Amino acid sequence: MKTAVCIKQVVTRDWPLRPAESATWVRDDDASFEMNEPDAYALEEALRLKERHGGEVVVCSAGPARISQVIREALARGADRAIHVESDALSAAGADAVAAALAAAMQDESFDLVLTGLQSDDQGFGQTGVVLAERLGLPHATIIMEVDIAADGAGLRVKRELESGWFQWVAMPLPALLTIQSGINQLRYATLRGIMAAKRKEIRTVPLDGVASQGQRILELYVPEKTSATRFIDGSAPEAARELVRLLREEARVL
Amino acid sequence: MTTTAIETVPRGGEWLLEAAPQETIFTPERMTEEHRLIQQTAQEFTNEVAGHTEQLETKDWDLTRELLRRAGELGLLATDVPEAYGGLALDKASAAVIAGCLGQCGSFSATYGAHANLAILPIRMFGTDEQKQRYLPSLVTGETVGAYCLSEAGSGSDALGAKARAARQADGSFVLNGEKMWITNGGFADLYIVFAKVDGEHFTAFIVERGFDGVSTGKEEHKMGLHGSSTTPVVLQDVRVPADNLLGEVGKGHKVAFNVLNYGRFKLGASTVGGARGAIGESARYAASRRQFGQPIASFGAVKHKIGGMVARTYALESMVFRTVGLIDGTLEGVDPGDGGAILRALEEYAVESSILKVAGSETLHDVLDENVQIHGGNGFVRDYPAERHYRDSRVNRIFEGTNEINRLLIPGMLVKRAVKGDLALIPAAKKLQDELLAPSGAAAAPDGPLEAAAAAVGMFRKVGLAVIGLAMQTYGQKLSEQQEVLSFAADIVIDTYAADSAVARARAAAASGATGADLQADAAASYVDGAAMRIEATARSAFAAMAEGDELRTRLAGLRRLLKVTPANDVRLRRRLSDAAVERGAYPL
Repeated sequence: MKTAVCIKQVVTRDWPLRPAESATWVRDDDASFEMNEPDAYALEEALRLKERHGGEVVVCSAGPARISQVIREALARGADRAIHVESDALSAAGADAVAAALAAAMQDESFDLVLTGLQSDDQGFGQTGVVLAERLGLPHATIIMEVDIAADGAGLRVKRELESGWFQWVAMPLPALLTIQSGINQLRYATLRGIMAAKRKEIRTVPLDGVASQGQRILELYVPEKTSATRFIDGSAPEAARELVRLLREEARVL
Repeated sequence: MTTTAIETVPRGGEWLLEAAPQETIFTPERMTEEHRLIQQTAQEFTNEVAGHTEQLETKDWDLTRELLRRAGELGLLATDVPEAYGGLALDKASAAVIAGCLGQCGSFSATYGAHANLAILPIRMFGTDEQKQRYLPSLVTGETVGAYCLSEAGSGSDALGAKARAARQADGSFVLNGEKMWITNGGFADLYIVFAKVDGEHFTAFIVERGFDGVSTGKEEHKMGLHGSSTTPVVLQDVRVPADNLLGEVGKGHKVAFNVLNYGRFKLGASTVGGARGAIGESARYAASRRQFGQPIASFGAVKHKIGGMVARTYALESMVFRTVGLIDGTLEGVDPGDGGAILRALEEYAVESSILKVAGSETLHDVLDENVQIHGGNGFVRDYPAERHYRDSRVNRIFEGTNEINRLLIPGMLVKRAVKGDLALIPAAKKLQDELLAPSGAAAAPDGPLEAAAAAVGMFRKVGLAVIGLAMQTYGQKLSEQQEVLSFAADIVIDTYAADSAVARARAAAASGATGADLQADAAASYVDGAAMRIEATARSAFAAMAEGDELRTRLAGLRRLLKVTPANDVRLRRRLSDAAVERGAYPL
């Protein structure tokens, strides 16, 4: 089975976030970066599927030169080779642009299975996977907890996470695209042997075909303003509770 | 994997005579992608170990062994071992990076160090092919655990004064008797590197398996710190050791012991960087969250001055560690990883630097951890916070692997020895300096910018170091080794010079590359140089006063003043910037 795993590089979680001067993204020129966490689980799932069913795991990533860091890391953890769509225009790009760039580079590979993380730790739209599925003409399923490939390799069953602790099993054909939920498996570290072996693995760098899609743009990024308005509600407990519910419903509009 | 682009590798101690070309200086910024990935794996593993701290402190040796096996699985025990024996034969920079991460977990770091440095290395360097085949593969996977038995109750620094005996038997085997003290991993190790005297006089190393009849271990020591590591006596009672388990040659045990210590000292220095970085993060985060007088204590100048100082010293230490590993790796570039002799020569070439790292590393870490306790206030003194444990855990670093006092004697001692042997042109440089000091001085051009001023100051530190060592050689000649105070003064100057030189070189490289954070590196280097200038002046005065008097002393002091005409930097401002960056980042910011 030939599996692709799409990986994004994001600013590390403990990096102090500040809007860049452009106010359309965070200041990241001196940031440290890491593999998007849900993508790390997607990679782990792909490596486990390979251990059970054989085949090849190909890392696909779109972004500027610096993302080679997470590509190497994925190769060190056990992926076989990588495709890097390289363009500065793809740094901080939206789901639409990334999916278009990846689809162009991936379509001739005829993957049996494409895995992405459920969402990215930075933008968090959860759209790259589903837009990519559409562009590749594949069926998709989202928020996947478990992947069970049929013995004959013709199709698969996947467990989706729904609301309120409910799950759903879905049968679907292959090829397909799945977006993987975080925490579904135990991540492996890159062993030193794996790190050294990764040096010899192929990274195919392809330029961005055309210009990055501008279908979606961040217009403004700002730090939430802190306010500390406190209001005391007088009256007996039942009266105050009623008034609180009314305020939450009518003024704050959170109920 | 090799540290790239080190063309002609400077020899050990050469930096004391002149500034090294920038491209010969390895820095953390020049780490390869592989080094960074190794660091990431080592850091993830370190975090895993840190999560077990409480359990490890109950002396749960099964867990310790399990963690060592896990380290083995990841390859963290394999860096120094050739592939033929199950290792990975990576460069020493990889080993330093791993030590730096594991250095954050005190007890396990000691366990790891005793195993990977003190047990694996002697076998790897001095073992026969058969010994390497037999012992290394399972040491590399962590299935067997090693320990190193050199010290005895009556012989610590005077290691060659050991009383343990090895009696030669007719069949070529040996019978060992003796008691070794303070053995890290003693309580649960499977394999001991033991030093004993053959026929009562020939100091010799042996590989002793725990299963040999007559090997036993005493009770766990009640220690100040490192409660999660095993430290016991190892008792040898009529232990028959086969001839095959002789390590190296009879009477050449000192070669094994001292070469292993050269490497151990370098690795200890590397590991202290990790501890210091971690503590800076703890201090920065605590100072940001702890509020007094209505504001975070991180906003107070007194606290900023501490955190800034911690950052500057750690920066200098880290710069020295990477520079030294670059020198060692540079020397070994292209050498067959199976060639143990070449590795020994490389470690010996930079033995001065390794001793410097041992002293500077353990003392920088000690001071950083002391300030970490202080910044935590009352919370620093109680066990709810890790600050007090770090403080206790680190104390032994100044004692083991050769006390700092022994290493201080070794530093100038080895430099002088290299000079006499002709490996280092120290004597002509000292003579030239003397002439220079007697000649009338011209006005020097003012350096361009704070980093260039720092570089100029380092040039003066070199000269002060040369002046002190030169006068000491002249004054005491062959008997210099008896002058421990003067040797220690010289060592302090040399250590500060290497640290300042390495920090400035790294900050200049960052400035030249235009990297983000270069300004902060310049601040750290300038702050370190500022402190070093004051320390060096005070130490040199004491050294001269011990060696000269009357007019001669006055002439020497005038020369010193001429050399150290260093305008002080605004260290308040420098340290504030360093502290603010650490607090914003919640971590060591460089």
